[in-house]
Amino acid sequence: MGFLLEIFSAFFKIGAFTFGGGHAMVPLIQKEVVDEKGWIEAEDFIDILALAQTAPGPVAANTSVFVGYKLVGVPGAVWALLGTVLPSFMVILAIAMYFTRIADSLVIQAAFSGIRPAVVALVASAAINIGKTAVRDLKGITICVLAFLAVAIIGVHPIPVIIGSGILGYVLFKDEEASRLNNRTE
Amino acid sequence: MTDILFKLLFTFAKIGLFTFGGGYAMIPLIEKEIIQANKWLSMNEFVDIIAIAEVTPGPIAVNAATYVGYKMAGVWGAAFATIGVILPSFVVVISLASLFLRYKDTPSVKAISKGLRAAVTAMIASAALSMAKASVADVRDIVIVGLVVLGIFKMKIHPIICIFLAAALGIALWALSGGMTLFPAL
Repeated sequence: MGFLLEIFSAFFKIGAFTFGGGHAMVPLIQKEVVDEKGWIEAEDFIDILALAQTAPGPVAANTSVFVGYKLVGVPGAVWALLGTVLPSFMVILAIAMYFTRIADSLVIQAAFSGIRPAVVALVASAAINIGKTAVRDLKGITICVLAFLAVAIIGVHPIPVIIGSGILGYVLFKDEEASRLNNRTE
Repeated sequence: MTDILFKLLFTFAKIGLFTFGGGYAMIPLIEKEIIQANKWLSMNEFVDIIAIAEVTPGPIAVNAATYVGYKMAGVWGAAFATIGVILPSFVVVISLASLFLRYKDTPSVKAISKGLRAAVTAMIASAALSMAKASVADVRDIVIVGLVVLGIFKMKIHPIICIFLAAALGIALWALSGGMTLFPAL
């Protein structure tokens, strides 16, 4: 139980002090569980990160589940996830309770009239940043453009588009990846 | 009451299960499920939540779930929605961890994840477009979008700082346009 609480408090600390979404949490999780606590080897953390980014769901949640699971099995995963989520749950709950009351204030409305276009810019910038690493050849561009047309223009539900992109990725990239693997092993 | 709680749980579990690449990539899914199908939020409200999520700790998906859950069904709603969005992470990561670590370097898995990553780029770009349609209305808004994009790419300003600067700009422009004289009490 003592160790579970230690896991909980380590992730609670990370959850409470990382601003700017889940991706910002990952370096902090690494610092805490690899450098500070020595719970996970640096190499193992790279595997954990690969899984966290491939599996569905928030990256920070995936990372904490896997770290906790690796340390003490399912109870470790539960406590790590609770620690990660609880700070943001409490903060947003507090904001949700009061935001609707202050949202009508003219100053707040003026502030959000500046913030909304800024959020659009943040999201657009994120698309550019991720595209730089994720879309690097004609096949990648094809999948990206098709998915964009389907979701943004035609209005297809994102779930079939995501499944379709996985299948298309398999079809388009499998030979390339296989030959890359052969080159490496030769 | 229990109907809405389970609907929140199920809807956010669906969102969690089909979000790859975290955060912004889930916006089109939230748009379809939360804004269009269930009408739990308006697009502008959702843009506000993203701004709030940026400046508070925790993953954006978790923040959005907590906020929507609270708005629809109070504290219990917040709890059910939040559990819903992290449940798939928990189940998938724990059940597939060993499988993933064994197969992560195979050509098939690499090819599928390449396809998914290209789709994630499209999802985020599509999110930026829908948010722009709701939140960018005039020249002033376009200028703010341009300024923030410049700030992020050229001046490397942190997104949180961008949001506070945009809020200040929004208030300043409102005050200059006569907001203060209309409301001398402020």
